[in-house]
Amino acid sequence: MTRSSVLDWAFERYEDLDFTAVRRWIEEAPGRKAAGYLPVYAPREVIRAAGMLPVGVHGGGERLEIIKGDAFYQSYICHLPRSVIELAQSGRLAMLSAMLFPSTCDVIRNLSGVWQLLYPQIYVRYLDLPQVADARIGADFWRGELAILLRDLCAVSERTATDAALREAIVTDNAARAAVRELYRIRRETPWKVPSEELYVLMRAGEVAPVEEFLEKTREYLAAVERDPGRPRDRSRVIVVGAFCEQPPLGLIKTIERSGCFIVDDDFLLGNRLIGADVPAEGDPLRNLAEAFVRSAVKTSIFFEPDPEGKRRLLSERVAAARADGVLFAAASFCDPALLDRPMLSAGAKAAGIPCMAFKFAENTGQFQQFREQAGTFADSIKLWGTQ
Amino acid sequence: MTVPGKDRSMELQKEMLAGHYRRLEAAPEAGEPVVYTFVPGNLTELIRSFDALPVLPEINALQSAMRGRSQGFIAEAERAGHSEDVCSYVKCDVGMLKAGNIGPTGTRLPKPDLLLLSYTGCYTFMKWFELLREEYRCPTVFLHVPYQGDGRQTPEQRAYVASQIRKELIPALEKVTGQRYDEERLRESLHRSAQAEDDLVAVLQSARLEPSPIDAYFGAVYYVGPIFSAFRGTPEGAAYYRALRQEVEERAAQRLGPMTPSGRLDSQKYRLVVEGPPNWTHFREFWRMFSDEGAVVVASTYSKVGGTYDFGFRHDASDPLGTMADYCSGCYTNLSLPERVSMLVRYAREYRADGFLIHSVKSCNSFSAGQLTILREVEKRTGIPGGFLESDLVDARYFSPANLKNRLESYFQMLDARRARSET
Repeated sequence: MTRSSVLDWAFERYEDLDFTAVRRWIEEAPGRKAAGYLPVYAPREVIRAAGMLPVGVHGGGERLEIIKGDAFYQSYICHLPRSVIELAQSGRLAMLSAMLFPSTCDVIRNLSGVWQLLYPQIYVRYLDLPQVADARIGADFWRGELAILLRDLCAVSERTATDAALREAIVTDNAARAAVRELYRIRRETPWKVPSEELYVLMRAGEVAPVEEFLEKTREYLAAVERDPGRPRDRSRVIVVGAFCEQPPLGLIKTIERSGCFIVDDDFLLGNRLIGADVPAEGDPLRNLAEAFVRSAVKTSIFFEPDPEGKRRLLSERVAAARADGVLFAAASFCDPALLDRPMLSAGAKAAGIPCMAFKFAENTGQFQQFREQAGTFADSIKLWGTQ
Repeated sequence: MTVPGKDRSMELQKEMLAGHYRRLEAAPEAGEPVVYTFVPGNLTELIRSFDALPVLPEINALQSAMRGRSQGFIAEAERAGHSEDVCSYVKCDVGMLKAGNIGPTGTRLPKPDLLLLSYTGCYTFMKWFELLREEYRCPTVFLHVPYQGDGRQTPEQRAYVASQIRKELIPALEKVTGQRYDEERLRESLHRSAQAEDDLVAVLQSARLEPSPIDAYFGAVYYVGPIFSAFRGTPEGAAYYRALRQEVEERAAQRLGPMTPSGRLDSQKYRLVVEGPPNWTHFREFWRMFSDEGAVVVASTYSKVGGTYDFGFRHDASDPLGTMADYCSGCYTNLSLPERVSMLVRYAREYRADGFLIHSVKSCNSFSAGQLTILREVEKRTGIPGGFLESDLVDARYFSPANLKNRLESYFQMLDARRARSET
């Protein structure tokens, strides 16, 4: 399969706001059901062990006209919940039998309550991710929450969960995480081989496709990259920080890379690599998932940072790991986690002499000229004057 | 109406808070440790059982706003890189710190010996204390209180919170204060808390009377001040609530209304339920928009952010850690939206409200996200017309007096029209 045919597959899923592929999957066998989840992180292994298809709901981007959604949210609340509501109110999410709302911020938390009120027939669960310094206490708590989630989803899917099903889901998700890590590694080391636009749509397709299909397509893409690596280019290497929940329009990602930058690390769709290591499949699978989350979740703004030096160090570490030249803070407007974190992260980066630039976006931003000028100037300044 | 003034209890709570700020200023010299924490989920009894003094950053911010000082602090924080999009409480607090940490009453606030991040119903709290930790470089304890997404606290969640208090918080308090945990002392304090909570509930529920002897939103801000800040579980706190209850019962017996910026509001034209926090930069001006029209608030959700005592919760001295977990879990902003709707519906019915208003603040997603759904749902269930007002907590740029007054006057005219229709 060629790179373009994989990308066609991915674009089709990314652009389809009717979730046709999900509906098709449900219709292909009797009794199939799907569970949606909001950003940033949901335990997809548990959803699949309950026999359901995990479906990432990441809003409507710039492709969805908001008609009803604005009636649910004031102007000073980010764009994501209004487009998610728009998707639901227009019937596009009607195929979902469950919706999970992770503890990303208060807006997503309260959206769980809006869902309970608007769609009482749907199973709704708020996923309160553990946030304690004591890993034992956190893992005990999260294991209990995962057990409740599994029990409830099985009631929805009318399946019986087994440890074998959980282990199989863990093994498959480990493979998916490894494939994602490999794609990120190749882009980090040779960013001209994996343009961020392509990586992004592939990741977005992985949010709605069965994991086995995603793995197959990813492996085909990796093989295609090896066959056709592209021509090396010299651009400024940047990390894009802050877009872990509401997603930037694809045009913005393209604009950054067309303005003289290579994105060598980012926070887009962070949930697919939030657990940074393989989850053991042997033993108690729920305990393993809980331990993996507590011990190896990557550092991000949605979590409390127990290390007093952690915030200041974080970007230096990420910049060093990615061999980046600078940082672009790209937060969604009114995004509390990203915007409240920015002064701390920025102070750490500046103290380390890392060039930084900040802008805000909304998922439906349609004009990119200002970003092109900002990112272009930033890339030029790095090339002209380097890091401090 | 009588000449505007203040009730005895209002003056008393003002003196109590001023005394607390003076004590805080003297704390470093007096050797009294200081613990910064938040109003929702505050563990005042535990903190004070270690002879430490609590500092509540939200109270500092709102008090600064009431004294017209928040705008300068916010500007200071925005100059330092804080976004215009985020919570103005945080920016007011950060700006105050950068400007020398002079508190709202003009006394210097001490540095914290411990930041106790009780993560109860507000995501911003987490970032707020991460920001303060950057400045103060002091120990920080994170107490994760699970959100009541399903409308109730499970036994496992309760055990999770109690376990954190036992294994993380108490050792941290022992370390920074140099004192051993004294459970008997804590029990005595919790016992006094329950007494004060009984009295506070009697005060809040007096609004069922007609005329209401209290304003349960603007007036309640004064009433909940001591129990939300530093005085829950203290002898002074218990005495204040006993005196407040007596004052309100005397007023009720005389069929008098509460003191408002327009004078005593004995003739009450509209009985309202209000959701959301007040604006603090123009607090009395905002209140006057209600009292000038004869509107009294008979129940509010804001007065429950520090505890939902009127639905039965009392601190239980027989189970100190469990009761603290229950308390944290039950604070208003830790409740799911359906629970918040049920609470408002109950208020509207039990307090025989004519109307229901939401005051939505730009700063607070915990309160504001979902309020338009709450509005529709409460209207649907009660048949009572809802109104929607918007401003902010402590950022005066978002307080538009003419706009708010217009909206309120239109809302009251609509209530009049409905009343006239129902009488014909």
